[in-house]
Amino acid sequence: MPSPPEPTAHADSRSATPTAPATGTGHAVHVRALRKTYGDKAALDGLDLTVPRGTVHAVLGPNGAGKTTAVRVLTTLLRPDSGTAEVAGHDVTTHPDDVRHRIGLVGQHAALDEELSGRQNLTLFGRLHHLGRAGSRRRADELLARFDLADTGDKAIRHYSGGMRRRLDLAASLIVRPEVLFLDEPTTGLDPRGRAEVWSAVRSLAGDGTTVLLTTQYLEEADQLADRVSLLDHGRRVAEGTADELKRRIGADRVEVVLADAGQVDAAARLVAAAVGAGAVGAGAVGACASDAGMGEAGTGTADALVVDRERRTVSAPVTDRMAALGAVLRAAGDAGIVIEDIALRRPTLDEVFLTLTGRAPARVQSPEAAA
Amino acid sequence: MSTHTTHPDRAVHVRTARTLSVPRTPAARLRRVVHDSVTMTGRGAAHWRRRPGQFAMELAFPVMMLVMFAYFLGGGMAVEGGGDYREFLVPGMFALTMAFGLEATMVALTQDINRGLLDRFRSMPIAPSSILVGRSLNDMAVSALALTVMLAAGLAVGWRWNGSLTEGLAAVGLLLLLRFAMLWAGIHLALVAGKPELVQAVQILVWPVVFLSNAFTGPDSMPGWLGAIADWNPMSATAGAVRELFDNPTWASDSFAAQHAVALAVAWPLVILAVCVPLAVRRFSALSR
Repeated sequence: MPSPPEPTAHADSRSATPTAPATGTGHAVHVRALRKTYGDKAALDGLDLTVPRGTVHAVLGPNGAGKTTAVRVLTTLLRPDSGTAEVAGHDVTTHPDDVRHRIGLVGQHAALDEELSGRQNLTLFGRLHHLGRAGSRRRADELLARFDLADTGDKAIRHYSGGMRRRLDLAASLIVRPEVLFLDEPTTGLDPRGRAEVWSAVRSLAGDGTTVLLTTQYLEEADQLADRVSLLDHGRRVAEGTADELKRRIGADRVEVVLADAGQVDAAARLVAAAVGAGAVGAGAVGACASDAGMGEAGTGTADALVVDRERRTVSAPVTDRMAALGAVLRAAGDAGIVIEDIALRRPTLDEVFLTLTGRAPARVQSPEAAA
Repeated sequence: MSTHTTHPDRAVHVRTARTLSVPRTPAARLRRVVHDSVTMTGRGAAHWRRRPGQFAMELAFPVMMLVMFAYFLGGGMAVEGGGDYREFLVPGMFALTMAFGLEATMVALTQDINRGLLDRFRSMPIAPSSILVGRSLNDMAVSALALTVMLAAGLAVGWRWNGSLTEGLAAVGLLLLLRFAMLWAGIHLALVAGKPELVQAVQILVWPVVFLSNAFTGPDSMPGWLGAIADWNPMSATAGAVRELFDNPTWASDSFAAQHAVALAVAWPLVILAVCVPLAVRRFSALSR
């Protein structure tokens, strides 16, 4: 059968093979100045993001930072107002069909047909991928086995546990191996066991060379899974680097002091600042910042951010030498007559990461004192 | 999960090459629409196979309504202008069965939206139109079956197919046309406000709307302005036309709507479709906005 002439709009992408991108960037995801507004609220406010092929990239940010909007644009569910976004070498707005052939999406909530069994769900998605009746069934069985769901494959989804749903959801996005897999907060709402299951699945996918872009609210998750981490706030990237680079900048651990008396919070703040000392805080406040324009804001972040929370009578500061800092704070407090109710060493929270890297609290944090 | 030694993805790579082709020609696109629509329709059938009890209940519900009205209330009803009340009632119940389809379509699509299934479908390399075509084919098939059950139930309670075969088939056609209009109204409502709360509101509001018709009694027996609304209710047009075509007793009335029931039974659904189909399609493609 002679093939009719191609519309010119498709000429470039037609010559593309799945492994050779239509554009020269060669990146799995390439986003420039992406904007999306709802009313007068900008969900994405000039987002830049580049994910090289074969890597795992975490987009870290609080609720409302624009993570889900970004994923929805990249998976062709949402059209951006302006800016460009390419996935697997194809523009998401001009060639959504080409993008859809190359991606998998696992949204925030398991997107499955609750009435059908796990096997029926996978078979349905297989048939929608045109694997044929037998091919779909075979692929469903393979995936059920791979995700340890073979025994429960015939049960209706509504009888599945949260972790099982997630695994099946993940399996459903791998019917045909995607070039780029998007995971939107894949472990939110899961118990530790479910989280571990998802993590190990993501690692095994990454090991096979699939590019993974995942969003998360958990620093630990980004640390565990991702080659590189982008920090999102107010619809913009505020920092990017490897998890190690980011951690070096924010200090690996923090000492947190809870005071017995609210009146002593300010005195304690000065004391903690002196005790952890300039030499004790992360000296590596370089190298983690992406070199793009517009990242200057992140550069102003203070690596020795002291966080004072008057409501909770809490003072915390980053430390590098954990035990020395703990001893120093306790000694100084004893000398100054400040009564400490509780003291702990802990990993930084997402809020502190933001405060450290951006010099201000993330969108979600409202306490005016915390920003002081 | 990570301990598997064999790699299932390897086998799929071969298939991947084939399935990765994006349809570029109109013929290839049409093939995809047909293939995906068939798959989507099959999904609905799989639902019913998995929950036969619920399916049976759904089919039995209008039969139960029919029995209630024919035997609990029907004894006290007399058709103005003469004739058996049950013969009058049954065509009304046919129309009611079709009108309730709005709710069924809306519930199903709203569930898909709220469970994120619609988003998964939209992120997959399928023909987007197959989502709505599949929904339509499935719901029409279920309603055709429901109508068959109701025809049998009607015959069982004493209703008779008095007209010619052609007239009877025309009546069935008009009923399915009403269902098709309700289907697209349901799709539109689900896309506009696909929230479980709205579904509940529609499930309640559908009752006064179907009762404000000539399904159970003549609009002449209602207060003047209510009767006029009931007279012009699209469901009344279909019920009236079906009575005419099956040669069943109609409530004696000289209103314009009652006199032109068949024409209105064609016009009303077409008007609803002319409004709802473009709106729903526009809404569907605006999901990405």
